[in-house]
Amino acid sequence: MSVIKTYQRKPYQRKWILTLDCEPADIISTVEFNHTGELLATGDKGGRVVIFQREQESKNQVHRRGEYNVYSTFQSHEPEFDYLKSLEIEEKINKIRWLPQQNAAYFLLSTNDKTVKLWKVSERDKRPEGYNLKDEEGRLRDPATITTLRVPVLRPMDLMVEATPRRVFANAHTYHINSISVNSDYETYMSADDLRINLWNFEITNQSFNIVDIKPANMEELTEVITAAEFHPHHCNTFVYSSSKGTIRLCDMRASALCDRHTKFFEEPEDPSNRSFFSEIISSISDVKFSHSGRYIMTRDYLTVKVWDLNMENRPIETYQVHDYLRSKLCSLYENDCIFDKFECVWNGSDSVIMTGSYNNFFRMFDRNTKRDVTLEASRENSKPRAILKPRKVCVGGKRRKDEISVDSLDFSKKILHTAWHPSENIIAVAATNNLYIFQDKVN
Amino acid sequence: MFARGLKRKCADHEEDMGGALAGFRAVPSYSLQRQSLLDMSLVKLQLCHMLVEPNLCRSVLIANTVRQIQEEMTQDGTWRVAAPQSTGRAPLDRLVSTEILCRSMREQDGVHPAPGMGDDHVLGPGSELSTVTSAQTPRDPQNSVWEMDSPRENRGNFQKSLDQIFETLETRNPSSAEELFSDMDSSYYDLDTVLTGVVSRAEPGPCDGLQGLPPVATPASSSSCKSDLGELDHVMEILVET
Repeated sequence: MSVIKTYQRKPYQRKWILTLDCEPADIISTVEFNHTGELLATGDKGGRVVIFQREQESKNQVHRRGEYNVYSTFQSHEPEFDYLKSLEIEEKINKIRWLPQQNAAYFLLSTNDKTVKLWKVSERDKRPEGYNLKDEEGRLRDPATITTLRVPVLRPMDLMVEATPRRVFANAHTYHINSISVNSDYETYMSADDLRINLWNFEITNQSFNIVDIKPANMEELTEVITAAEFHPHHCNTFVYSSSKGTIRLCDMRASALCDRHTKFFEEPEDPSNRSFFSEIISSISDVKFSHSGRYIMTRDYLTVKVWDLNMENRPIETYQVHDYLRSKLCSLYENDCIFDKFECVWNGSDSVIMTGSYNNFFRMFDRNTKRDVTLEASRENSKPRAILKPRKVCVGGKRRKDEISVDSLDFSKKILHTAWHPSENIIAVAATNNLYIFQDKVN
Repeated sequence: MFARGLKRKCADHEEDMGGALAGFRAVPSYSLQRQSLLDMSLVKLQLCHMLVEPNLCRSVLIANTVRQIQEEMTQDGTWRVAAPQSTGRAPLDRLVSTEILCRSMREQDGVHPAPGMGDDHVLGPGSELSTVTSAQTPRDPQNSVWEMDSPRENRGNFQKSLDQIFETLETRNPSSAEELFSDMDSSYYDLDTVLTGVVSRAEPGPCDGLQGLPPVATPASSSSCKSDLGELDHVMEILVET
């Protein structure tokens, strides 16, 4: 047995190993860990939700930290037909958000373009036996045949995980829902579509408050849409929303019922040397996320990830280039629509590392402290179970080294839009079209 | 600036240009590139019938790009008909205008577009357009600059078409009691056929040097659109005559 080396715990030097490689039936459209990291939920284009649970760590296998196995699968949304508009409403799950656990059951919100649903996921490992009025198969017995009475008892059964829809929040969005966010008060949540944001109470499904409305009176004047929204992790009155023009607005719900006037407005002045017809499109923010601390927000636009300090509105404090080599290809990417791809971004548990996806099944991590970054690939060919991920490099010009891949060889159909990071450990989930990969930090 | 890194070089020096532009025979002029981008954008806003509602964010971004190009071309004074031999370009311009006009005309006739007919009213024959245009659409004074330069009326309808695209998004029943339903009216229903996320593979522009980019799958390729043309001719004749 070889000597086990101790690895230095720097994120950019961290060794990532593959621990799950799963191919669900459909394209994954969202990935989200719950607040403890015990569960990982994925939503797909077919309206299904698959939940993975981390197995309990056993004393026998110290070197194998708990791995994720399928826990529950259910159909969250079905395709619908809007008869008024003669249009289909896709069943694709756009977002899943977990509620913090308050009892034995788990609760999550899942949404498609139009309807948000609250699902309860609970375990059943006992069942009652010995009914008086029903027989073993559940058929009613003729009361006349009953001669004795007995008390039903609970007997253990095979663990069954059931998901039940507890609330359906429908008919509140004319446009497509792009975000949902649970408030830190755990009583309310918001749903955002292209032009409006609504505030809901979990208990009330037939009413919601409209808190942001950017629909112009004259739709000819429409030039900007809402692209993402999120509540502050600690302040239940504060939320942010991003726009297709690359701006972020922070709003305080105490200021007024309709938060059309922002409290803070974050926008970086345009760089005149980089101006082109595509400037606005690539500045459109596809995702916005508060840091766990609540002090920073991170935004993703087409080519960069930016970190903003809530106290400084005029420019971000950090800008990271995700794939700047695409800047000269913008015309082609516009032609094939890739320029409209919406990449998400995530913080690690300590807010020291940020991660986002790219093309060719690449995803990138940036260490905010050391300013080092790494490119990794999530693909079946290159990842055997427990194999260590090798850093990848894109060659932008000149001589291509042996392991490098040239920009022209990148596969733009293989894009990583959705990733998730465990709330406290170095475990990441990466959705590459049809495949879900979970990578864990290699333990010595 | 249209695309970075493009320089005017003669064909001999093409090997000096790395990356995606290698192998590119002749660098088109800026105005040609810009026109190509405009055409591509209009095709992206093309009105093919879709089963699912178009992505509003994408449509808004493309429309903003079109407006930017228009503004620049207006300032340049280049907003006019290009070389007459460019058959690929002119029909695209008509596509946008025609659909709006066809739709508004059908509404006036009281004919409601049915989902099944979606593909039929994608393209319109140019010859019918002048008749429809003069009969239906009032001349926009803002377009006078364009119309001065362009002898054909349909060229001047770009701005109008764009405005019409978004105009029909607004509610027609502002007095509707429930705000929830005020947006779900027939104008938006019609509009879905106007504003779409469907992309046709545009004619190769100045950026076709990049390998590895997959063509976008579309429900209607340009060849099938041409076959619809004959059918639509027939439909147009019937509608115009009534």
